[in-house]
Amino acid sequence: MILNQYIPVILMMLVAAGVAVAVLGLAEFLGPKVVFREKMEPFECGENPIVSPKQRFSVRFYLIALMFIIFDIEAVFLFPWAVNFQALGLFGFVEMMIFVFILALGLAYVWKKGALEWE
Amino acid sequence: MTLALVETAAKIAFVFGLNIGVFAPLLGWVERKQSAVMQDRIGADRADVFGFTIIGLFHTMSDTIKLIFKEDFIPRGADRIMHTAAPALALIPALVAFTVIPFGGHYTLWGHNVNLVVADLDVGALFVFAISSLAAYGVVLAGWSSNNNWSFLGGLRAAAQMFSYEVAMGLTIIGLVMFYQSLSLVTIVEKQNEFWHWGIIWHWPAFILYFTCAIAENKRIPFDVPEAESELVAGYFTEYSGMKFIMFWMAEFVEVVTISALCVVLFFGGHHLPFVTDAELISGLGGALYPNFANLAAMGIGILTFIVKVIILIFIQMTIRWTLPRFRYDQVMALGWKLVLPASLIWIFIVGVGILSGIMPRP
Repeated sequence: MILNQYIPVILMMLVAAGVAVAVLGLAEFLGPKVVFREKMEPFECGENPIVSPKQRFSVRFYLIALMFIIFDIEAVFLFPWAVNFQALGLFGFVEMMIFVFILALGLAYVWKKGALEWE
Repeated sequence: MTLALVETAAKIAFVFGLNIGVFAPLLGWVERKQSAVMQDRIGADRADVFGFTIIGLFHTMSDTIKLIFKEDFIPRGADRIMHTAAPALALIPALVAFTVIPFGGHYTLWGHNVNLVVADLDVGALFVFAISSLAAYGVVLAGWSSNNNWSFLGGLRAAAQMFSYEVAMGLTIIGLVMFYQSLSLVTIVEKQNEFWHWGIIWHWPAFILYFTCAIAENKRIPFDVPEAESELVAGYFTEYSGMKFIMFWMAEFVEVVTISALCVVLFFGGHHLPFVTDAELISGLGGALYPNFANLAAMGIGILTFIVKVIILIFIQMTIRWTLPRFRYDQVMALGWKLVLPASLIWIFIVGVGILSGIMPRP
């Protein structure tokens, strides 16, 4: 059965999760707990925080996220093609290069529009 | 069935022992001692046991003991559950990514076939990328849940940087997959049995691109803008103390090892010695007379070769870390999108032409 090869992966994940939980448990039980108001403030270089971090942030981060989705899906399409590259031969190569060229045009457009600039 | 389970357990124990037992603490020491040597300082040399310091190796132990007994601090207004879960979410993917990396070859020991990889998945290379990209959740959650402006900015920067370099990192490997015709890391290593088929020979530009992306993905200097101490205090782990801080730190070092191991597997022939194939090694060790002991010796040599190669690549990463200054944030993003991404697309084209025209071999 093909899923059998994933059993060691699950074991590995369980062991890793066990290590993480054990370390978190150590942190929870072994350290001291001293609570007073000034100490519990989030660190702001000694000042009391005035602005909450939970507010609007630069739209460029959204743009990066959108571009990530587009180009990562391109990479996902490239992987199965690359595995069969030598079997597909010239035809497959030309087909894929047309696809990559269209996405490269997209990258050039994004670049030209200034979405990759940070100032 | 039981034997297979015991074998898997032994391999998992080996991988964890290597990563969190040996490399993670050792790298903490290397980071201090190597920087000291490179900057002409004395460096960590004070912690001692009965007067013996062993060039500062005990600092790792004393640091760990100190950090275990530190207070676990969660600031007011923070999301307690997410704040606690974030370091675990950063550490678990770093540890699991090693599952598919072969640290040796195939050996026959007393009639039992041993394959030195925890899980030989058909999609090995994809598995490593998929799992290690999950680490972004830990970092982003750490930044978001801390209720701290520095953490939040660090988390945002980390998210954008990791996403950007993940795209380029996936594309740098495509050329190699076209060359070896497989995503299984075990198959890729087998095809590097002959020295002239090692990835680095034909794919050194891909190695440079991949190495850059991997260091950027791991957020180490010169790409450590998410935790730039001169701008953001400590970035996304500003509000972390004690063992939770150690978990981020461990995740980073385990990832250093994983990057090196993946580079060894993809570009430097895995466990293979240069110019010696596995079969030659086993017969050279007396495989005809004592097949079991020759296999065992070959296994030892294979694992040792693999570890030595990994250590060399770790050393290169550490040297880069203490040589280059930090880039500005816009430089980091520009490098990813404007240089590495187009360069890896061009490299795919070059490999395609190279293989189809017969200039590159077909291993």
